[in-house]
Amino acid sequence: MSLVEVANLSIAFGALQAVDGIGFAIGKGERFGLVGESGSGKTLTALAIAGLLPETARREGTIRFDGAPLPHDERALARLRGKRIGMVFQEPMTALNPLMKVGRQIGEALALTKAGGDIGALLTEVGLLPTHGERYPHQLSGGQRQRVMIAMALASAPDILIADEPTSALDLVTQAKVLDLIAALCDRRGMALMFISHDLKAVARLCTRVAVLQRGRMVEAGETASVFGAPGDGYTRRLVAAARMQLPEIAHGSPGGVLVATRGLTRRFRQPGSWPLPGKPLTAVDKVDFAVRTGESIALVGPSGCGKTTLARILVGLDTANAGSIAFDGRVYHGADLSPDLRRDLSLVFQDPFSSFDPRMSVAQSLAEPLRLLDGLPPEMHRQRLAENVAAVGLEPAMLTRFPHEFSGGQRQRLAIARALMTRPKFLVLDEPVSALDLSVRAEVLALLMRLKADYGLTYLVISHDLDMVAAIADRVLVMQAGRIVEEGKPAELFTNPRHEMTRELVAARLPAVG
Amino acid sequence: MTFVLRRLLGFAATLFVAAAVIFFLLDLLPGDPARFILGINASAEAVANLRIQLGLEAPAWQRFFAWIGSMLIGDFGVSYTQGAPVAALIGERLWVSLPLALFAMVLSAAVGLPIGIAAARRRGSPIDTGLMVLAQLGVAIPNFWFGMLLTLVFAVGLRWLPTGGFTPWHEDPAAALRALMLPGIALALPQAAILARVMRTALVEVTGQDFIRTARAKGMTMSEAVWRHGVRNAFLPVLTILGLQFAYLVAGVIIVENVFYLPGLGRLIFTAISERDLILVRGITIVLVIGVTLTMLLTDLCYALVDPRLREGGS
Repeated sequence: MSLVEVANLSIAFGALQAVDGIGFAIGKGERFGLVGESGSGKTLTALAIAGLLPETARREGTIRFDGAPLPHDERALARLRGKRIGMVFQEPMTALNPLMKVGRQIGEALALTKAGGDIGALLTEVGLLPTHGERYPHQLSGGQRQRVMIAMALASAPDILIADEPTSALDLVTQAKVLDLIAALCDRRGMALMFISHDLKAVARLCTRVAVLQRGRMVEAGETASVFGAPGDGYTRRLVAAARMQLPEIAHGSPGGVLVATRGLTRRFRQPGSWPLPGKPLTAVDKVDFAVRTGESIALVGPSGCGKTTLARILVGLDTANAGSIAFDGRVYHGADLSPDLRRDLSLVFQDPFSSFDPRMSVAQSLAEPLRLLDGLPPEMHRQRLAENVAAVGLEPAMLTRFPHEFSGGQRQRLAIARALMTRPKFLVLDEPVSALDLSVRAEVLALLMRLKADYGLTYLVISHDLDMVAAIADRVLVMQAGRIVEEGKPAELFTNPRHEMTRELVAARLPAVG
Repeated sequence: MTFVLRRLLGFAATLFVAAAVIFFLLDLLPGDPARFILGINASAEAVANLRIQLGLEAPAWQRFFAWIGSMLIGDFGVSYTQGAPVAALIGERLWVSLPLALFAMVLSAAVGLPIGIAAARRRGSPIDTGLMVLAQLGVAIPNFWFGMLLTLVFAVGLRWLPTGGFTPWHEDPAAALRALMLPGIALALPQAAILARVMRTALVEVTGQDFIRTARAKGMTMSEAVWRHGVRNAFLPVLTILGLQFAYLVAGVIIVENVFYLPGLGRLIFTAISERDLILVRGITIVLVIGVTLTMLLTDLCYALVDPRLREGGS
């Protein structure tokens, strides 16, 4: 008998059919993966198994846990999931109560399920110290918080662990460690796993069997190796191809002269000290020297908190360096003192296309904003430039009158790119340009970026922690750690023969390709 | 510790700046107190003598620091219309206004918070809608009008409580308390309505947070999760409003004391202003400022007590 049996499960919100007649079974101790993109219904399926669906959701079909249907009584259902189902969610930053020490939050789980257990032992089991229990969530890093979540899920010694994108908010190195931890815990405790992710490589690393969801329907299911190795369904094939990050071959032109060069660039932040003593300054960017040649595509990689984003902000003039300088086309600046006529030559694309547009401005208004920098451009040219750019990123000029919420994530990122190109810049900084996008869209956006680079003669600085993407698009890679650039080289050489410890750690954390 | 120290320094600095503003603004006002005391017909010589006697001839900054210095030892000067020390006058009236304000605060929290929680827990139901319509009404009704209505029903009609006036505490504590009932309710109503709305919004928002889902995943029902994890988190925005409300209460006290004919600070400042008793006005104003600033300080300290993130002195 299977531990979890789902048959004909449908979930609807009003007229919207979010999950449409899916069925699967998870055996005791089995590791099952549910793969799908945003909106595929994978999270709702997990919530349905735990009885945590939103009140507005309408559920049909049967879910049996250990042979018995899920109880209807709220309290009985709550106690069942507390006792036998452990859950880990995507966002470790918000999943813990900020006002309560994490040890107490774990203790609560122990008390609720009357599982005799020890908070210290649980913390040790997930690779933390018993003293971490005395901390509040904000005193822990993302990876540590996710470990606390896992400890909490383990408190009741559950039969199954449901992990919903547990690592997608973590950086590459932490992600690999947390995946290893989950695998080890399942082995040691003989616990079943339902692993939900859009990351095929993470699923392949953990699960023996997978199901692929597309818009609420199950398109394929089977052994992981056979589903990813020889996908039977067209959609699965597309996902697998996207996961391999295969981009159309682009002729890399030979780079020209130096476009951007930094000299001893340093940014320190004041930290709160214990009054009246000042806090120890945090050096986010530490004497960074590098040069980018015209037409090059440079990638900046490193763990979270290493200073990548601060460096990018200084380059585009959103922040100012405490020491050192930048020369752009031979003109020197230090950050925010970037002169307006230089500003139009630099642009930035942000990670999250959902928060980088003003929701109350039409797309045309948002896109036209950078045109302020071009005082020489006659107003009648504005409309033409807008239409040109929107067409360049593969969208219709008719869409310009719409508002951001009417677009999908991929479309919004295309619009963000169109906005970045409004002033016809020479240099584009891309901060994790595709990590907020669905897998199948990522490859399209990257291909678009490479095409635009050739069409407009752009130079790129791409910040990312995704080494596969970096390998696909970068001519040169800079590895950053604790504010310093510790290694530099061509991606192929750097990733096969890493010399610095940080690079080695990043390469080791890279998950093997699927299929 | 850093946090407390910083807040205390901020408290002192705020008071100093407020004292300076009060002093120099009143100093700038046209009108000579000496002339006012002696009347229009007094001779220029008599006015000049009184000015010296009152210390009005010294430069403003000297008089300012003298005022601060004497306040620190509890001397707020002497009222020239009442012929009594300002400190004593204020002290006497504080025994009416302070209990009234505290009563109104406690009452508004005791009524408003449960209503807010009840509405949030039944979001979208007829109970929620009904409670929020009531709260909307409560915000809209001016408290002096509500006070008059209360008097009509409970004092004039039912004769349960006095229509106004005040029996001092030492004479008959029960009568004193009865005298504060209606004004307290009149003051508390709009505050309770605002608190109910803020509490509801905060709790609804917190209920959608990830950590509530985490608590439910641990084996709690929705209500258990909201009680154990939601209410305390929702209390943070409520605390801010609670602190701000005290300032509004001060303004409300002045009006309501006049409606109910209570011998409190509100009535005192009213008379002092109409009689141009600048020393008394200055004294009462600074006491009110101290009260409001102190409440802000207490709110900040409560914040730190509830939220560990604030205790570390970060931004």
